[in-house]
Amino acid sequence: MNPVTIIEGCAYPFGRKNVDTDVIIPAEWLKTTTRAGLGKGAFEVVRNEPGNVFDDPKFADAPVLIAGDNFGCGSSREHAAWALDDMGVKAVIAPSFSDIFSGNAYKNGILTVVLPQAAIDRLMEVAGRGDPIHINLEHQSVTTRFQDRFSFKIDPFRKSCLINGTDEIGLTLASATAIGNYEARTATVRPWLKPEIAA
Amino acid sequence: MATKPRTLYEKIWDDHVVDRRSDGTCIVYIDRHLVHEVTSPQAFEGLRREGRKVRRPDLTLAVPDHNLPTTPRLDAAGNRLPIADQQSAQQLAALEANVSAFGVPYIEATAKQQGIVHVVGPEQGFSLPGTTIVCGDSHTASHGGLGALAFGIGTSEVEHVLATQTLQLAPSRTMEVRVEGTLGFGVSAKDVVLAVIGKIGAAGGTGYVIEFTGSVIRDLSVEGRLTVSNMAIEGGARSGLIAPDETTFAYLKGRPMAPRGPDWDAAVAYWRTLPTDAGASYDKTVVLDAADIGPNVTWGTSPEDVVAITGVVPDPASFADPGKREAAAKSLAYMGLIPGMRMEDVAIENIFIGSCTNSRIEDLRAAAAVLKGRHKAENVKWAIVVPGSGLVKVQAEAEGLDRIFIDSGLEWREPGCSACLGMNPDKVPSGERCASTSNRNFVGRQGPGARTHLLSPAMAAAAAVTGRLTDVRTLMG
Ligand code: SF4
Repeated sequence: MNPVTIIEGCAYPFGRKNVDTDVIIPAEWLKTTTRAGLGKGAFEVVRNEPGNVFDDPKFADAPVLIAGDNFGCGSSREHAAWALDDMGVKAVIAPSFSDIFSGNAYKNGILTVVLPQAAIDRLMEVAGRGDPIHINLEHQSVTTRFQDRFSFKIDPFRKSCLINGTDEIGLTLASATAIGNYEARTATVRPWLKPEIAA
Repeated sequence: MATKPRTLYEKIWDDHVVDRRSDGTCIVYIDRHLVHEVTSPQAFEGLRREGRKVRRPDLTLAVPDHNLPTTPRLDAAGNRLPIADQQSAQQLAALEANVSAFGVPYIEATAKQQGIVHVVGPEQGFSLPGTTIVCGDSHTASHGGLGALAFGIGTSEVEHVLATQTLQLAPSRTMEVRVEGTLGFGVSAKDVVLAVIGKIGAAGGTGYVIEFTGSVIRDLSVEGRLTVSNMAIEGGARSGLIAPDETTFAYLKGRPMAPRGPDWDAAVAYWRTLPTDAGASYDKTVVLDAADIGPNVTWGTSPEDVVAITGVVPDPASFADPGKREAAAKSLAYMGLIPGMRMEDVAIENIFIGSCTNSRIEDLRAAAAVLKGRHKAENVKWAIVVPGSGLVKVQAEAEGLDRIFIDSGLEWREPGCSACLGMNPDKVPSGERCASTSNRNFVGRQGPGARTHLLSPAMAAAAAVTGRLTDVRTLMG
């Protein structure tokens, strides 16, 4: 995972609520066996709408996406995070995210920033004019050229993993002994946990 | 630890913590990992790239379901028929190559045990109470109906579980959803869970694990409980648990992968300790009265857009929240509905009875009971019944349900996810409406431009008969 510290640039002023992962990347795109190339399918349905923010040259290649409540709800497809990554989005700012999506985003080095609706409204205004937004993960802040400054919270562990680009599997494998001990203990107290093989 | 009263969720959590970090994040052991063709190829690719193995293939079970066509899979001579869609065929080939390279137990596309992963797990006795169960699919919540802590994960987490048999997780808050009373005539588990989502909202359970309690839940069969837990995710909660009881044990006993002999007795003894202790507290409690729950349908493009079948399409202006008002107006434009229109006047051209929400034998029986001796309406162009697994299919055929469906003009298919999501050949045409027993009515979910109304199997059957959304109670005995 690439380390994340500062994300800066214009933002898609999308703003919609309850954007589900079927909207972020439709099912038809899930037939791939690799992670790359999904950006082409991102927000396909929205892109059919005339005047949509994703095809507006003002926001071309924006690294930030601003959305409404409950962003990334629905299907657990990580393809949603891969699609955002492939289209160059490095951070999504919204009042709330679905649990599964924010986990998937973080595992792909995409920062999910939770801010209150009032802050979102203001950032939509700034972003709508094509003005850049600056996110500093170290300081946990979102700022603009106009003295706006919003602080956000983030799980400290996630923060350090993002900043250091840590491989989570490698980290867990460092606890292999604890996992082995747990397995040995469970095999004695709950031996029935080992599945019977089909008769 | 045993001194403080605990909830079902807390008991399962406590028994699965391998290691706890100072910030509260835990390494949590995973007892069961279900794998399917769509969300696993990149995970296996990741293992290969890093030279890692699958830690516990014996706790893993793979089955293809999402993009297998539901048309016959074998020709007359018993040879496997090719899958026309190249990408789907490739994904299936990738799964087959991966399970054999990594030694993962596999149910083949043509096996009679094949089916939707969330139907197969409980049916095989692979899913058990008190276990942690994950799958790269958000409807893993289903298995919570057996009293398991079950939740969907993304592909990076699939890779994490394959490599370590654990996940790094922070504990969730708990929400009790209590449904008290007795369900009325013609009202099913699906109506209950739609009522719950209508009440708490599509994001109401975000950050929570739900436990469904109350007399209505206790009185449900395991199949009904799986339906309720299945849709916990549509209320924003990753998991929806139901305490295991005698109904659960009776359902699991003798299943192929369930414990046997002394192991069975030990398992049941453990399972009996799991229900929430008296005096344990939840972070939030929501109560519903069965008397307020009738047959429900959705009118919009979020599962929270629920209305009684006897109701009307809501006016967006009636919502207090401006965001919801705007979303409702958008939904109605997409759905082609007018505020104030009676739900029973909405004409339907497509019927889908299936998906991990409602494709088990009881669901098919409920639909067949309505269809028996009747025929689908003229305006219903496409109506399919897709059993959740090959074993459900065999059982339904033994009971003659397939004949009832076929005689009423419905198609009887091979098991799979089918029209639940638009990634296999079963799609609803753009601009057309579908009465669907699945779990998501999102924009484009059943195919680009498709308009979905979620409802129960009996209600889907009623819509097939009349060609419009219909209160099934008017067609029942
Ligand atoms: S039936 Fe639908 S919801 Fe269930 S696993 Fe398949 S695609 Fe997902």
